[in-house]
Amino acid sequence: MECMIAKPSKGAAGKTGLWRTFKPIYHPERCNLCQLCWLYCPENVIDVSEDGITIDYEYCKGCGICAKICVKNAIEMVREEET
Amino acid sequence: MRKILTGNYAVAEAVKLADVEFIAAYPITPQTTIVERLAEMVERGELNAEFVRVESEHSALAAVYGASAGGLRAFTATSSHGLLYMYEMCWWVANSRLPVVMAVVTRTIGPPWNIHTEHTDILTLRDTGWIIAMSENAQEALDLTLLGFKIAEQVNLPFAIGLDGFQVSHTAEVVDVPESLDGFLPKRERFFVIEPGNPITVGGLTENECSMTIRKEMAKDMERVGELVRNSGYVRDYDLVEEYRMEDAEYVVISMGAWCGDMKDAIDILREKGVQIGMLRLRFVRPFPKEFVEKLDCKVLVVDRNYSVGLGGIIATEVKSIANCDVHGIVAGLGGVDVGVDDFVSMFRKFVRGELKGWWP
Ligand code: SF4
Ligand code: SF4
Repeated sequence: MECMIAKPSKGAAGKTGLWRTFKPIYHPERCNLCQLCWLYCPENVIDVSEDGITIDYEYCKGCGICAKICVKNAIEMVREEET
Repeated sequence: MRKILTGNYAVAEAVKLADVEFIAAYPITPQTTIVERLAEMVERGELNAEFVRVESEHSALAAVYGASAGGLRAFTATSSHGLLYMYEMCWWVANSRLPVVMAVVTRTIGPPWNIHTEHTDILTLRDTGWIIAMSENAQEALDLTLLGFKIAEQVNLPFAIGLDGFQVSHTAEVVDVPESLDGFLPKRERFFVIEPGNPITVGGLTENECSMTIRKEMAKDMERVGELVRNSGYVRDYDLVEEYRMEDAEYVVISMGAWCGDMKDAIDILREKGVQIGMLRLRFVRPFPKEFVEKLDCKVLVVDRNYSVGLGGIIATEVKSIANCDVHGIVAGLGGVDVGVDDFVSMFRKFVRGELKGWWP
């Protein structure tokens, strides 16, 4: 039964960063710290501080939601091979 | 205390005695009067339970799932199409090891629309992991419901009690209702309780091996049920089967449900004529009472009020897979078609003479 019960933890489904085809690249100069990306990221891998955001690429699965939601175009999705 | 109760009201009395904390159900004939009576009990303040009205049986069992996962003693009841509508949730409840108790008032599955008894509906539960009991009368419906809460909470598997539509559900009989339960149903440790401040997710995506592990664990706990039923400490003794006039029997009838009363009358009549015939009445279908069937050493007749198209009567098929002797299966009384004492007398006679076919009528 224990195997069916999940508790909040980091990376319960493995290193989801390996799933990524596109990588979110942050452009701090365009960011106004609105925190929408932090709110919407389904993997909860965006941290916000006064200096801007940081993305945990070990678990960021590259879904692109942060880039889509960012009205300042401060996050750009770039093919992994091109980064 | 002796009361005159229908099978459905007997179940409601048991639910009240068990101090059930949560009920959700959707009305369907012939189950409706169980939850109607429970709603009255809650309304009058005789039963301190949350009664949630829902828009479908799927939601009924989903609500009961949530309540049970939150640690409450929870109950629902249904029949036929209602059971099929909640079928997905039946698996969720079982695999999540929730000790839910449900009354299934057996009714034919349509089309054509038919509200009368047949056992094919409750037998759709047989692969899910629910414990499945089948009562013969109102007394047993009450007793098995109480036993249901006890056993379900001991093994963390859900428990379904079958009652034949109308024949048990709506027939009033004298029922001995326990005054109190004297600690028969203590609160027990659960595998998990979903509660505020302790976030968990149950049943999410995980390794494939987990699916196999949980079914193996369920099988192990299901095997404990027979022993727990025999040693339940309930006011009346119960076992997985009832053995009726089995001493020196050369012929044994296996069946379940209300009509077993008529079969016993037929057996009495044949015994008077010197036919050595008895009955093994299945009080439980899951766990299947293997040990009782294995040791039979005589000619066996299984009378099924259910049918699996393409193979045969479901209980006969299961008995054949276990028995070490000749087994003949007959399918009878589908759709609530009446089969009475006289029918059973001539059915059993034909069986003894080796002239019985596979269908009645
Ligand atoms: S790409 Fe998806 S997972 Fe990665 S940071 Fe953006 S929203 Fe989160
Ligand atoms: S949504 Fe865009 S602007 Fe807002 S915090 Fe994130 S990166 Fe910055």
